[in-house]
Amino acid sequence: MLPIDILATIILATGAFFMMTGTLGLLKFPDFYTRMHATGKCDTFGQCMVILGCVVYEGFNFITIKLLLVSIFYLLAGPCSTHALMKAGYVTGVPVWKKGDKRA
Amino acid sequence: MSAMKEKDKMFSIVLTFCTLFIFWLLLSAWTIYLPDPYDFSKIARGVLAAAVVTALSYEMFVQDRSRKVLFNLGRVLPYIVWELYQILLATIDVAYRVFGVLPVDPRIIVFPTTLRSDMAQFTLATSITLTPGTITIDIEPEEGVFTVHAVAVEPAESLTVDQGMQKYIGWVYREE
Repeated sequence: MLPIDILATIILATGAFFMMTGTLGLLKFPDFYTRMHATGKCDTFGQCMVILGCVVYEGFNFITIKLLLVSIFYLLAGPCSTHALMKAGYVTGVPVWKKGDKRA
Repeated sequence: MSAMKEKDKMFSIVLTFCTLFIFWLLLSAWTIYLPDPYDFSKIARGVLAAAVVTALSYEMFVQDRSRKVLFNLGRVLPYIVWELYQILLATIDVAYRVFGVLPVDPRIIVFPTTLRSDMAQFTLATSITLTPGTITIDIEPEEGVFTVHAVAVEPAESLTVDQGMQKYIGWVYREE
């Protein structure tokens, strides 16, 4: 096993770990808004780490540029979609969980 | 946009064309270079495509104060690096809250800013969403009022009390 393979495996595993953390947060957090925190942040980072792991595994060539552009697009589109869902929930009056309330 | 000065127009066209052509080369260079290194008819196709798109869209791509775009790069690039570091911190922060190390105590905060231009407000909104513990819900573009959902007390206070990020983005876009 080459060192580059080990590095790629570590990066891919980090990405997979954070994606899984996001899913756990989606199940564990109490209301709509905090769930958006878990999925919105962890998925953006996890996806970028998975793409970076693929780049390291394949080595540098012209497809690398396309993969990096995909991850830049993800970094721009992730916050926008999170924001759109949050605003839709806020405008239609989804209740905000306060400390001590029952889980929604 | 008809009031665009002749000099700015030339600058805008050249910048748009160079960006588009470099982008085209990056995306399709491997289909040109590998099979046949000296086939200029394929590169000519790229030049033609870049020229057509430039003619259609140079007015949108670089707005009238176009020289500021290059002028600002020295401040925008360090900001992007800082933002990538913040994304890492934000993910670790959420992981801590998921596994119960840090508390979850959500609240909605409303605060005014001094930023007025579209790009500055867009950058602040995206940065708030990417930095630890906060997500932008709504922007009032005329007054610069942001509605933000914070997952605990400390992220909320870093926006309302310290205001470090607003000042940083004001510095990046020269809007102090």
